[in-house]
Amino acid sequence: MRFLIPLGIFIVMVVFLGIGLKLDPREVPSPLIGKPVPTFKLPQLHAPEQTFAPEDMKGKVWLLNVWASWCVSCRAEHAVLNQFAKSGQVEIVGLNYKDEPADAQRWLSQLGNPYKLSVMDVQGMAGLDLGVYGVPETFVIDKKGLVRHKLTGPVDPQNLQAEIIPLLQTLNGEPG
Amino acid sequence: MKKLLLVALLLSQSVQAVTEVYSFSNPSYELRYQALTEELRCLVCQNQNIADSHAELAQDLRRKVYEMITAGKTDEQIVEYMTDRYGDFVLYRPPLNPKTMILWLAPILTVLSGLVGFGFLLRRRRQVDQQPSDAELQRVRDMLNKSDTK
Repeated sequence: MRFLIPLGIFIVMVVFLGIGLKLDPREVPSPLIGKPVPTFKLPQLHAPEQTFAPEDMKGKVWLLNVWASWCVSCRAEHAVLNQFAKSGQVEIVGLNYKDEPADAQRWLSQLGNPYKLSVMDVQGMAGLDLGVYGVPETFVIDKKGLVRHKLTGPVDPQNLQAEIIPLLQTLNGEPG
Repeated sequence: MKKLLLVALLLSQSVQAVTEVYSFSNPSYELRYQALTEELRCLVCQNQNIADSHAELAQDLRRKVYEMITAGKTDEQIVEYMTDRYGDFVLYRPPLNPKTMILWLAPILTVLSGLVGFGFLLRRRRQVDQQPSDAELQRVRDMLNKSDTK
């Protein structure tokens, strides 16, 4: 009986610490979920004289993928994105974050280009508006231009199958 | 050698982490800049504020704070700008709302439960210290007498 209280406290602590272990402190919930994607107007990587703004994608479900040639985990993600882009399920727009345009172009020509287009955010100010803090990041944006999901860290086959594809299907079913 | 190391360690503390220098037209701006950058958390190296962090994101955020201050924005507007993008997480002092209730109440609850526990302990000890009542003494005597007669 005497040991019951300390034992109880111990079990409660173990449970809480166990939950704590499973949480990823890098996953900061984005306050942008359910809100319109912050607007920007940036030059395109392959056609700097043309600009792109998120409004251009109104009426479509699309992915905004933040990437950079200096980003190591973007490399692993890139193969997954290439394959996913080929399946034609969704258009992916790249936000080339704080990168050298020449490096970025070389990177895409070597590793393949899954993007409908990429925009250059050399200063990182659009990234700041998007709350980017760990490249790569991926935003799922619906037909109304609302951010519905944000993935911090690389897209991999697991989260693609479990999170992104099912969400895209629901969003495609929504009225524009 | 050990002393030398100690001295080196002590000196290393005084090194300033921030690399870029901003000039402010108004001394109060500078104070606000310092206060704000110390209150805002760097999201890349999560246990540092943006004043101390070398991360590029922290540099960008510092620049943003500088720009907003010189543009005449209030502290509230700057904090709102940051929380709109990065959430309450960016604040080292999160606001009191239903989500952060536990965070704010936990210390108070811990102290209270400690006090209650301590109170119980004191009461129990006082009970032990109390003199036995006459009736209790009589019972003990009876018992002793009984065992004597056996």
